[in-house]
Amino acid sequence: MKTPSRRRSADDRGFRLGTGFFALLVVLLVAGIFFELYRTSTLSLQKFGFRFWTGKTWDPVAGEFGAFPFIWGTLYSSILAMVISTPIALGIAIFLSELSPRRLRTPLAFLTELLAAVPSIVYGLWGIFVLVPIVRSFQIATPEWMKKIPLFSGPPLGVGMLSAGLILAVMVIPFTSSVAREVLKAVPSTQREAAYALGATRWEAILAALRFGRTGIIGAVILGFGRAVGETMAVTMVIGNNPQVSASLYAPQYSMAAVIANEFTEAADNLYLSALIEIGLVLFIITVIVNACSRLLIWSVTREVKAKAPKPVATMAFAAPTGGGQ
Amino acid sequence: MKVTKILLGLTLGLAAALAALGQNQQINGAGASFPYPIYAKWFSEYNKLHPEVEINYQSIGSGGGIRQLSAETVFFGASDGPMSDEQLKGAPGPILHFPTVLGGVVPIYNIPGVEGTLKFSGKVLADIIMGKVTKWNDASITALNPGVKLPATDITVAHRSDGSGTTYIFVDYLSKVSPDFKDKVGVNTSVNWPVGVGGKGNEGVAGLVKQTPGTIGYVELIYAIQNKIAFGSVQNHDGEFLQASLDSVTAAAASASKSMPADFRVSITNAPGKGAYPISSFTWLLFYENPKDKAKAKTMVEFMKWALTDGQKYCAELGYSPLPKEVVALEMEALKKIKL
Repeated sequence: MKTPSRRRSADDRGFRLGTGFFALLVVLLVAGIFFELYRTSTLSLQKFGFRFWTGKTWDPVAGEFGAFPFIWGTLYSSILAMVISTPIALGIAIFLSELSPRRLRTPLAFLTELLAAVPSIVYGLWGIFVLVPIVRSFQIATPEWMKKIPLFSGPPLGVGMLSAGLILAVMVIPFTSSVAREVLKAVPSTQREAAYALGATRWEAILAALRFGRTGIIGAVILGFGRAVGETMAVTMVIGNNPQVSASLYAPQYSMAAVIANEFTEAADNLYLSALIEIGLVLFIITVIVNACSRLLIWSVTREVKAKAPKPVATMAFAAPTGGGQ
Repeated sequence: MKVTKILLGLTLGLAAALAALGQNQQINGAGASFPYPIYAKWFSEYNKLHPEVEINYQSIGSGGGIRQLSAETVFFGASDGPMSDEQLKGAPGPILHFPTVLGGVVPIYNIPGVEGTLKFSGKVLADIIMGKVTKWNDASITALNPGVKLPATDITVAHRSDGSGTTYIFVDYLSKVSPDFKDKVGVNTSVNWPVGVGGKGNEGVAGLVKQTPGTIGYVELIYAIQNKIAFGSVQNHDGEFLQASLDSVTAAAASASKSMPADFRVSITNAPGKGAYPISSFTWLLFYENPKDKAKAKTMVEFMKWALTDGQKYCAELGYSPLPKEVVALEMEALKKIKL
């Protein structure tokens, strides 16, 4: 009697230790990355301190490094991408989960997810050869009065913030839409049935489902944001790579991931290298902040839902990973 | 870092062990990407002549090459710009520079309605790149190009966004001809550009120029030749307007060889002399003066002797400018400095 149960408990303990070790590995990995970034950027941390975050000059010749234009460019392009992609992605998700004829559903879902599998260099090339010329002709056609608005000022270069935001939006749509679709699928049908029973129209029933699944939907949007923040290749090919802080959609700007990818290989002196690594550290910290904010948001929404409804949709709480790079 | 070093050490150790088994000698190097095509050709041709010698080269960029050489993870390095005094001090032992081939950088442009070659003087080119001259029909440009009808189009400047030896050569030249440029921009593989947009690689800059009317940029001579891109001519030190060619780049090196410093760390941009194209540069291989592995050192010295003589004939087909014979003679002498 004793032996088998004891063995089982020993097996259990071993299993728990094993899986626990793997879980710990992730924590160690993240801590290790942070520590290594911190350690290798010491030189620049000591020299610039907090000025690194606010400085607007990036001058490898004079050894003066400020990351603000890159932080600005990354956040601007990612938020722009969110503004463009969120309505489209939600539209796709709602159509696929609520409105589409059944036989269209699978092929359409497959096609949107296929967009996520396209390598970013391909998006970049498409951006250079197709998107940028279109954006340029749009910029040339901008009426004079519109050019006076800071948002649309500047010469018609094609490359710039608008192109970067558009290409990121296209890249982010499959992520946001497929997660949002799963969330909507997980909304219990009783929710919709109850809405119909109360005399709701189809639109109102969908709204009810959206409201029910909002935690997950916010998670989906933040997942997309994380992808946009870390995107490197496609962005650098169309953003114009000029470290300036401008409100204009037409202005060439720069992003954190792009400057690291561009300048790392040829950065020979130590301070320069250390400053580039510190940009990596800044990117890491910003990702952590974005994650924390999203957690907070999700947490506050869940609490509210919990108070109202007994069974909330599984919190599809997402950590925003720094996207697939390359 | 430590783990990587250990892993790298293990890999290299394993490679060395395998090489010993096969009686082969494997030598690893890393650095500049600009000369990669000819280095790859050289190493493969040399391997045909001496099957026991295998030289591996990773084109990871000049900065990476210098770092790896200083960390002694590779036997030799390669760079498009000479190492600075500070970098030399940072290395565990004295490092020697050996020029291998030459490259040139050319201005390319896209001006609506303008066909044919535009002429630039160094000062005008610097002013354009700095954003001081903003229209194509500016008096300073039209004065150099009588007979060419230049439009009142805005000038857009396209530069490299990635750190690059091409940028180094280009800004090195502009800094020599324009004190203002030297003051405000300076020389490095990446600089703080006052105006303009950045494209990744030669193809990125060429793409920006091709697509955007009114744009001027710069690319490697090889890239322009291979892709049949028209480029402008630049006024040299002696006042001639020259379109870059493999010969005019070699001529720049030949005239610079008269005042060659013993360590070959020299910039030959804006070199004096007839027919010398002003935006030219060497690219270098880097060796320790007193290498730890004497067997490898012996092989590499033999290789260098071959590359500087027979190897130079591969230059033309790959679009590089060969070294002038004056420089080859100096280098043959300098190879003796490597302690075997």
